[in-house]
Amino acid sequence: MEVVRLRVNGDERVCGVPAHYTLLETLRYGLGLTGSKQGCDKGDCGACTVIVDGRAILSCITPVWEAEGREVRTVEGLANGTETHPVQDEFDLNGAAQCGFCTPGILCSSVALLDRNPSPTREEIRTALAGNLCRCTGYEKIYDAVEAAAARLDP
Amino acid sequence: MLRLPPFRYHRPDTVDEAVALLARFGEDAMPIAGGTDLMPNMKHRLFTPAHVVSLNRIAAMRGIGTVNGAGPSTDNGRAPRADGLFLRIGALETLSDVSSHPLVRRHCAGLAEAAGLVAGPQLRNMGTIGGNVCLDTRCTYYNQTEFWRDALGYCLKKDGTVCHVTRVGKKCVAAHSADTPPNLIALDATLTLAGPDGTREIPAADFFVTDGIWNTRRKGDEILTEIRIPLMGPHSNGHGPHRRSAYRKLRQRNSIDFPLLSVAVVGDFEQDGTVAGLTGVVSALGARPRVLAGWDEIALGERLGPRVIEALAERARAQCRPLDNVIVDTKWRRAMVPVQVRRALEELAGG
Ligand SMILES: Cc1cc2nc3c(=O)[nH]c(=O)nc-3n(C[C@H](O)[C@H](O)[C@H](O)COP(=O)(O)OP(=O)(O)OC[C@H]3O[C@@H](n4cnc5c(N)ncnc54)[C@H](O)[C@@H]3O)c2cc1C
Ligand code: SF4
Ligand code: FES
Ligand code: FES
Repeated sequence: MEVVRLRVNGDERVCGVPAHYTLLETLRYGLGLTGSKQGCDKGDCGACTVIVDGRAILSCITPVWEAEGREVRTVEGLANGTETHPVQDEFDLNGAAQCGFCTPGILCSSVALLDRNPSPTREEIRTALAGNLCRCTGYEKIYDAVEAAAARLDP
Repeated sequence: MLRLPPFRYHRPDTVDEAVALLARFGEDAMPIAGGTDLMPNMKHRLFTPAHVVSLNRIAAMRGIGTVNGAGPSTDNGRAPRADGLFLRIGALETLSDVSSHPLVRRHCAGLAEAAGLVAGPQLRNMGTIGGNVCLDTRCTYYNQTEFWRDALGYCLKKDGTVCHVTRVGKKCVAAHSADTPPNLIALDATLTLAGPDGTREIPAADFFVTDGIWNTRRKGDEILTEIRIPLMGPHSNGHGPHRRSAYRKLRQRNSIDFPLLSVAVVGDFEQDGTVAGLTGVVSALGARPRVLAGWDEIALGERLGPRVIEALAERARAQCRPLDNVIVDTKWRRAMVPVQVRRALEELAGG
């Protein structure tokens, strides 16, 4: 075990992990943040997407040490206290989640997009979500939700 | 769940420290940049280094900008094209940053396009151009879990004695599958490698070899620190020929997949639109990107019209024979060679 210090959703977190842990394993099994999902666990599906220093990355293939000294944001940190993020609201209103397994990753990719580009075109939304696979909802409602959230954030 | 094998993680601050660590631990150590290739491969037990040396803290390996300098001549038999101005790309720059950088987009449109077509957005935010150049080769029978490979009885490249693609031969033909190198080769780029004996420069065109097991001339304790691309074209006072480039990539899912076939073209055009130089590189077929032969005699002094493009595409088809190393019909992949080459050249002609 080694001690890793992370800044996750604004909190300083310290935890003991084996040196070969990924960021995803640390979040889920070290810090109890199970929102980020372990899907393929090898970079294919996007279920483990989190935001590091403002950019969407895959936590399942990120050595935990690379997250030290950087700002990590997970699906648990998107809401502002008890107030959900507009993207979360619009996923609800647009029926953009069915089983929900892909949803935390897609929310993170969407928020990373909107933070950089508050009024993306449909094509830019498609490109930003190209690395997130959804097997049940289908993508149209997801794009609708992101579009609606963008309209609320940048009317 | 796919667990990583145990390892120690080193985070040196300089190239020298990183090289010293790699030299000290020898075969037990590997460098890591974005980790988007190495981490999945380690999860598949294709590599199990006891020491992983992270390059990510080395500031000297970042940055994109123009530099002056007499680079080595990498003329490939043609007159050296460099006028002393180079585009320098630090090996640690991410594919996202390379694809969106204004200098790369202006001078090397094909390279920017290729970097932007690698994998999906999260992987481009993580993956570096250095890791892309040093990417391991890929094969249907190799990029699989330990369980899967064990069930098949392994293969030559890792733990086994036979090749399931060629069935006979004692040579691995796993495919070079990285998107940026065909462009770097066509652009006459030079790679800088740092090792225990100092640094050396090698033309991108000479970097790859035909052995699918280890398809580059990089030694295990060498680090790729930067890439230099000679610049020429409209930026040099509007005189002389100007250069354009384009890239085409064939893949199963346009959202995230590796190339099944890739085509990079770079052309130098005179003011009157005739071709002063033309290079085509095709990859994702075998272990080494292929520089297409016989293009000069077709294209030099001509305009890139439909007849010339058709002749170039046919010449390309005759040279490319896809193998059964990816899970897609080889006849279809071969039939796509002239199609993709034609589209790349049409883009070049129109641009
Ligand atoms: C789902 C998926 C899809 C992908 N699709 C594509 C695709 O379409 N096209 C494509 O080209 N790639 C693709 N990749 C592979 C990979 O994401 C990229 O090639 C990326 O650029 C690799 O860079 P990296 O920094 O992550 O490399 P790493 O994984 O860090 O390293 C790759 C290899 O190079 C070595 N290495 C890394 N940097 C250096 C250096 N500076 N000097 C010496 N050695 C070094 C490492 O030891 C390792 O062997 C895909 C990966 C995944 C998981
Ligand atoms: S080409 Fe043959 S030896 Fe090489 S990885 Fe594929 S099956 Fe293995
Ligand atoms: S779990 Fe990370 S990409 Fe699938
Ligand atoms: S909602 Fe089930 S995978 Fe997307």
